[in-house]
Amino acid sequence: MSVAIITTQDSEPVFHVIDEHDHPEGASTMLGFWIYLMSDCLIFAMLFATYGVLGGNYAAGPAPKDLFDLKLVALNTTMLLLSSITYGFAMLTMEKSRIGATQAWLAITGLFGLAFLGIELTEFAHMIHEGATPQRSAFLSSFFTLVGTHGLHVTFGLLWLVTLMVQTARFGLTEANRRRLMCLSMFWHFLDVVWIGVFTFVYLLGMLR
Amino acid sequence: MNPDLVKMIFGRLNLEALPIHEPILVGTFAVVATGGLALFAIVTYFRLWTYLWREWFTTVDHKRIGIMYMILGIVMLLRGFADALMMRLQQAIAFGGSDGYLPAHHYDQIFTAHGVIMIFFVAMPLVTGLMNYVVPLQIGARDVSFPFLNNFSFWMTVGGAVLVMMSLFVGEFARTGWLAYPPLSNIGYSPDVGVDYYIWGLQVAGVGTTLSGINLICTIVKLRAPGMTMMKMPVFTWTSLCTNVLIVASFPVLTAVLALLSLDRYVGTNFFTNDFGGNPMMYVNLIWIWGHPEVYILVLPAFGIFSEVTATFSGKRLFGYTSMVYATVVITILSYLVWLHHFFTMGSGASVNSFFGITTMIISIPTGAKMFNWLFTMYRGRIRFELPMMWTVAFMLTFVIGGMTGVLLAVPPADFVLHNSLFLIAHFHNVIIGGVLFGLFAGINYWFPKAFGFRLDPFWGKLSFWFWVSGFYFAFMPLYVLGLMGVTRRLRVFDDPSLQIWFIIAGFGAFLILLGIVAMLVQFAVSILRREQLKDTTGDPWNARTLEWATSSPPPDYNFAFTPVVYDNDAWWDMKRRGYRRPLTGFKPIHMPSNTGTGIILAGFATVMGFGLIWYIWWLAAVSFVALLAVAIGHTFNYHRDFHIPTDEVVRTEDARTRVLAAGAQT
Repeated sequence: MSVAIITTQDSEPVFHVIDEHDHPEGASTMLGFWIYLMSDCLIFAMLFATYGVLGGNYAAGPAPKDLFDLKLVALNTTMLLLSSITYGFAMLTMEKSRIGATQAWLAITGLFGLAFLGIELTEFAHMIHEGATPQRSAFLSSFFTLVGTHGLHVTFGLLWLVTLMVQTARFGLTEANRRRLMCLSMFWHFLDVVWIGVFTFVYLLGMLR
Repeated sequence: MNPDLVKMIFGRLNLEALPIHEPILVGTFAVVATGGLALFAIVTYFRLWTYLWREWFTTVDHKRIGIMYMILGIVMLLRGFADALMMRLQQAIAFGGSDGYLPAHHYDQIFTAHGVIMIFFVAMPLVTGLMNYVVPLQIGARDVSFPFLNNFSFWMTVGGAVLVMMSLFVGEFARTGWLAYPPLSNIGYSPDVGVDYYIWGLQVAGVGTTLSGINLICTIVKLRAPGMTMMKMPVFTWTSLCTNVLIVASFPVLTAVLALLSLDRYVGTNFFTNDFGGNPMMYVNLIWIWGHPEVYILVLPAFGIFSEVTATFSGKRLFGYTSMVYATVVITILSYLVWLHHFFTMGSGASVNSFFGITTMIISIPTGAKMFNWLFTMYRGRIRFELPMMWTVAFMLTFVIGGMTGVLLAVPPADFVLHNSLFLIAHFHNVIIGGVLFGLFAGINYWFPKAFGFRLDPFWGKLSFWFWVSGFYFAFMPLYVLGLMGVTRRLRVFDDPSLQIWFIIAGFGAFLILLGIVAMLVQFAVSILRREQLKDTTGDPWNARTLEWATSSPPPDYNFAFTPVVYDNDAWWDMKRRGYRRPLTGFKPIHMPSNTGTGIILAGFATVMGFGLIWYIWWLAAVSFVALLAVAIGHTFNYHRDFHIPTDEVVRTEDARTRVLAAGAQT
């Protein structure tokens, strides 16, 4: 909202906006969503800190070297990074208002996300099968909680993705839907950034430990 | 019936959960149930349900949500204070072999509930309520950034309060102290539902608090009236901004740490256990990383209130506006660097303790600067000792004492002696009552005429003031003495008869505070009855300085018919000084958000889910979670959430105000 404020020494000051327009809908949404993401980031920060403190407490149980399969994790990471790239493509096509291409890229993003979750669940199942359950040691408690919370976020992201695809199909790339896709985009890339932290801090450093 | 089936349907909920063997609780239940039924009957008799639903429960108007927060806070104050009174009575009589009248099982729940309720469901709603009501008006906005979210946040707070209250009559509350330290709060030592009530009550309310924090930050950053730069914002808006930054940057920590505790309790993980590598001190660290900023979340808005009140009732511009803002920001940052002073005795060593001791002492510098700013504002001012100003003066005297004992406790060697003693209890009540509560009372008396169009009765207000202030000193000064003598907190019975007199004095103080609370309730009632005599038609009964006083009392739904343009810190003072004339023509339709029932429905499902999780009724938790998701997603399919107030309605409202103002000017 741009307003001309008239103030001169001799003329009477104007104390209210005369020609006022409606606030554009969703003007604060991006800022609000950024702040939400930062608050979510803080939750992850706490889980990282917990892992940092408790991650070495194996309680005579398995250690990262006994459990992690870096090849699988590399594949997993690839899936998530690719999903971020394809989401980026979705946003590019959205800018050009190509609804079909947008939907297609969103669908591909969703598939990569599913693949990521599938691999993660396989890894979890394998570990639990070997007796490395979240109850086994503080290391495993904090490992499952950190990685699992990220996975839970991806799950909700997928649910959100499907909702937005339905809404885009029904109502088109309206202003509101573009804004929503933008928010999900930020959420999705945020999860990518968190995963880079998980990959480095939990898996890579874990193998060195 | 098959016991497995019963267990599947009801979880661990059974008839034993109802406290029919405890006469105190049965009596309380009888009173609450009668009161509730009476209220229900009245609302039904006067056919108010539709009105309440349409105009209040589903409202997205920040003013109404603010008022509902205040009502919640005051109702919960009664509960929290009843707990306090019971504790004082128990401690005053449990001497010389007497066990008092409260069994340990009950007493431990009372001190836990008292702390939890007073912080989360009294202080927080009152603070949030005032911010919600005042901030949009002070910055010349029509509502908050996310009006629906605001409604949802409020109902989540109510949901948390409902769960905590429910524990009184269905099952029990935690017996762990208000921060539920493990290993005591872990499943091995607290197998009952108490800690689960604690966890889910706080988680449900915590979501609401975080979201309302995000909402108010966006509101302050994005919706300020043209001309209001950051350094022209009223101090209350500044302190609200800092408080909400603190909320967003600390409540997620609480959410995370409580989630970890619930994993320990529900799944059997080993975060805070004594074996398998768990570390209980991790919990203590994490929860205080939330807990210390929380203290400032509560007190910063109170500082803002005092700033507004002092300037208004001294008839002067606030002394040292810039230093006030910087002091607030410095306190905001420092509040994250002191958490360890809550457990110097953990044994982290001299260097760590000195670091946190020194950062703690440093906080007293910006706080001291604020104190002098208020004093210099009053200096050579024409001070009017109306109720808000009286509370402010009481605050300045009381808070300085609390601040000094705080600096004393910040010295690690002294803290080793005073840790967990009644000295600590006296200290934090000294700052929370003397700072936060007195501030809230100043704020309530100050802004009540804005919200309702009539002032609060001064006679009963003064009575309440004197009972509260003197009651506070009687109740807590003895605790300083007892603490210095080494009496620890949370004790139920005492051996040394020489201590009894101090507890009796403290109990007398609590009784005086009771009179203060009663006088305050009478003050509300009397003011409503005498509302014609106490009426304010000007919209500016105190000759105040900031924008909220530029509009009518109570303000119209849209707050300002035209968005104001700001040139000065004291925007309204500036407008009055330069001969501002209210616009009488040229009104336009005003764009506003529509009411929605989604917030209350979502919060209802969240509360039911919490109940299911507390009692291990897994199907109920699952069903309500799915319902929660479905309603939330369904809500996003509604794209039409706004409407326009038509021009003729604006004209009608504004014309009515013109007539009222003209009538007021003639008399």
